[in-house]
Amino acid sequence: MFSTAILVFREVLEAALIIGLVAVASRELASRFKWISIGIGSGILGAILIAMMADVINNAAAGMGQELLNAMILLAAVIMLGWHNIWMKKHGRELAVHARQLGQAVSDGQQPMYALTILVGLAVLREGAEVVLFLYSMVVSGTPAGQIASGGAAGLAVGVAFGAGLYFGLLRIPMRYLFRFTSILLLMLSAGLAAQAAGFLVQANVINVMTSTLWDTSWLVSERSVPGNILHALVGYIANPMGIQLLFYLATISIIGSLMWLVDRPGQVRMVKPAPSLPS
Amino acid sequence: MKQLVAIIICTAALVVGLPSSAWAMPEFTLRIKEHKFTPTVLHIPANTKVRLIIKNLDATPEEFESEELHREKVIQGHGQGVVFIGPLAPGTYSFIGEFHEATARGQIVVK
Repeated sequence: MFSTAILVFREVLEAALIIGLVAVASRELASRFKWISIGIGSGILGAILIAMMADVINNAAAGMGQELLNAMILLAAVIMLGWHNIWMKKHGRELAVHARQLGQAVSDGQQPMYALTILVGLAVLREGAEVVLFLYSMVVSGTPAGQIASGGAAGLAVGVAFGAGLYFGLLRIPMRYLFRFTSILLLMLSAGLAAQAAGFLVQANVINVMTSTLWDTSWLVSERSVPGNILHALVGYIANPMGIQLLFYLATISIIGSLMWLVDRPGQVRMVKPAPSLPS
Repeated sequence: MKQLVAIIICTAALVVGLPSSAWAMPEFTLRIKEHKFTPTVLHIPANTKVRLIIKNLDATPEEFESEELHREKVIQGHGQGVVFIGPLAPGTYSFIGEFHEATARGQIVVK
């Protein structure tokens, strides 16, 4: 039961922290929890689908289907985060001013929740597929259902508690710093996901350069420890990164960061189109 | 849906192109049985990329994982998978089967 709880916790933690961060980043949107729930629900459905199709996926692309699918999920999440961050940089300030003038929360259609909903879905999908396969493995090997259920529930509960902790912890930060702080965290999160994608592309034999390990800090913070897991999820901590992972990390920060800077300068050519309105 | 995913993945693979060098590299086999790896210690040459074939003889899926090698791959029950490893500097690199961590443990010795 204990090993079930630990594995489920480890997978849930990463998705829960991302969801906690998304809930803070979209705090001005009244219907955010509806959108987050849609993301979680579709992520769970997707995870079950992926687990059921594991055979097809594994045999695709000369046996490298699993790696390529993981890389694509991660890169799609990076694009969603980048889109959200750039959009918020361009419109966030006017939105906050507008909301204050009208004395109301920002309504649907004024903040592109699609990007964050898809991000939540992808995070749940990636971590969830592994949980589903693991639980299936437990069932097949004859572990009593009660043990699987209680272990899984305990792991899920503790993981969700960490996500809630991050949410309420961040909300204590004064409003005027919070926007900047969450956008920096989201930027580092996206860079970390890009670095993970680079790892899968190396594993798939698609990238063959800069694969040497740069350093190893696993003696200080192991990625398998709880602090290591949290740092990995939030800022993309990798104890022993390959050169290509550092390159992907820095490139993501530079590209999204410079686009955010470009759209923020008043009187400059706007680089990003406003997001389509959401149906209310 | 199955076909759609397969098509997307295949297209992606064609676009990026798997290097042909993948087919001319040394091959090693690792077996999983009763949630244990055989051999427990696998010797591979240094500074060479190798093809590791992991055969899962159990009915349960297993995840081959090594933080040191930057590899994680789910191997289906009664299935097999390929993991490319290296080129690596001489040394010892450990791996686990994450779904049965207590018993599924092994090392790759590079020299």
